[in-house]
Amino acid sequence: MLPEIEQYFRIEKLPHMWCPGCGNGIILHSLINAISALGLNQDQTTIVSGIGCASRAAGYLDFDTLHTTHGRALAFATGIKLAKPALNVFVLMGDGDCTAIGGNHFIHAARRNINLTAIVFNNNIYGMTGGQYSPMTPHNKRATTASFGNIDRPFDLAELAKGAGATYVARATTYHTKLLTNLIMEGYKNKGFSVVEVITACPTAYGRYNKLGSPADMLKAQRENTVNVKSMLANGGTVPAGKIPIGELYRAEEPEYIEEYRKLVEALQMKGGK
Amino acid sequence: MTEPRLLQGNEACAEGALAAGLSFYAGYPITPSTEITELLSRKLPMLGGKFIQMEDELASMAAVIGASLTGAKAMTATSGPGFTLKQENIGFAAMAEVPCVIVDVQRLGPSTGVATAPAQGDVMQARWGTHGDHPIIVYSPATVKECYTLTMRAFNMAERFRVPVIMLMDEVVGHMRERVELPEIDQTTIINRPTPSVEPHRYKAYQDTETHVPPMACFGDGYRYHVTGLIHDENGFATENPEIVGRQLQRLHNKINHHRSEIVDWESLNTDDAEVILVTFGGTARAATKAMRLARQEGMKVGIFRPISIWPFPEEQLNLLADKKVKLVVPEMNFGQLVHEIERIVRGRCPVYPVNQVNGELIKPDYILNKVREVY
Repeated sequence: MLPEIEQYFRIEKLPHMWCPGCGNGIILHSLINAISALGLNQDQTTIVSGIGCASRAAGYLDFDTLHTTHGRALAFATGIKLAKPALNVFVLMGDGDCTAIGGNHFIHAARRNINLTAIVFNNNIYGMTGGQYSPMTPHNKRATTASFGNIDRPFDLAELAKGAGATYVARATTYHTKLLTNLIMEGYKNKGFSVVEVITACPTAYGRYNKLGSPADMLKAQRENTVNVKSMLANGGTVPAGKIPIGELYRAEEPEYIEEYRKLVEALQMKGGK
Repeated sequence: MTEPRLLQGNEACAEGALAAGLSFYAGYPITPSTEITELLSRKLPMLGGKFIQMEDELASMAAVIGASLTGAKAMTATSGPGFTLKQENIGFAAMAEVPCVIVDVQRLGPSTGVATAPAQGDVMQARWGTHGDHPIIVYSPATVKECYTLTMRAFNMAERFRVPVIMLMDEVVGHMRERVELPEIDQTTIINRPTPSVEPHRYKAYQDTETHVPPMACFGDGYRYHVTGLIHDENGFATENPEIVGRQLQRLHNKINHHRSEIVDWESLNTDDAEVILVTFGGTARAATKAMRLARQEGMKVGIFRPISIWPFPEEQLNLLADKKVKLVVPEMNFGQLVHEIERIVRGRCPVYPVNQVNGELIKPDYILNKVREVY
């Protein structure tokens, strides 16, 4: 492991438990590169996760780490951030964790625009329980609970985040690791609720069931199926049919929750608590 | 004692939490607990604490745990249906040993039931609401003043033993107003969680200690440890090693069971010569006290035994009464919940008569007195 990132890992907990070809390790690498480049104090940084493959990431990282209940990571993180605003809080979730059982917490964290950075590992499937469909499994794709093709329509996480009030929304893939690192850094710098969706491959539970080939094939597909919004804008601003936009998708200036709370307290103190 | 005040049970509960050092509250409004949330939404920002109304009860409980991990004294309040929703994360707090207080102002159930009707149907939910075997501490106040003092005590016990502590109130005490003189806040009576004294790299977040309670570091203080709801080793990391799993779960139980004398609380009245003893808790204890007085006027020797800690139950104290071969009458605003614990403890040594009323009205003294006359 590169010495500059080694300090951020609990080396004794490695190797990780993820399957061969899983993209989760790549996301962790980008996250740690971002934390390292931002120069965040390791003691003042907290990693919160939910339940599922992605959420096991917290155990490998050497910070104060909190592995919570399924879907509730953002609600736990809200308590941490509000109680101790000085802490840098990253929230790691899977697509099922974040958008199904955690969907309510997700939209309300966005609405509050609380200063958290959410990283959603989107592998389009429930991996840890063995391949059941998630709210982000594409229409017609197969899962162990959608053997005849998924009849659900998937969420567009970025549009959901934007609609609910997030002030920084971005998307990358595990193929575009430098972009991912940059997006996480920008998400952290945004004062408000930031969402970075990462398209990642689950060759074991999703790829195999949908005949998507080897892990390398799935990684290549990430390159081929996406288009960077920057180059997209340069070429007239439309997403080609069948392509997924990646890069910074949305940014806005809105009141942030912790800041608003601080202002409220200051105003009350000015009035002598009346 | 402070100046006398006319105070509602829910208000006294909120005041007691503040006196205990409450600095974080997350809640979701639900009748008949709402006044606690409303009062703290006004008071906490002024006192430098944090208040947040979360999107639901699950989130409230989660936020409370997150806040407590940073060192805050944290609480949430709810009623039956909301209490049910909180159970998942109450279990997490028990497993991860995160101190916090959960107030359940009971209402009539099942389901949405009757929102403002008094009931005591959550006795078993308070004990066994979450999945798995876990220890719990539950206190049940009968007066407005006790809403204050017991909430303080709930915080103290939560911090002392690193457990979620439940304040099991009912609509009668929650909404009742009484003239109360609250005790002066004496900082020496405030208990704070044990904190680590070792260097961060030597810190083991879930190491057994003499008291079975591991010291707890705050997030952000440089200890960099892992917290999970999975059964974990002494460093906080998930394990399936049967020896460690068994030992960790046993320790959770030991820290409560080995310190029962610090936790357990009860009150008895006129039990010395009693032939019938009313075993009663919460709002029902008020009607039972009146029933006892009326019975005494009729020449019947009736006493009261009131568990204040419902879980763990004041078992030893009840045993002493059971040995005296008295008759136990157990009035409850449910179809019989605490009575089963009482039957378990007395093991047939004396007769136990349940008195139950579940109709949305508070149980009246006459109703209890009739049963006393019947069995005396």
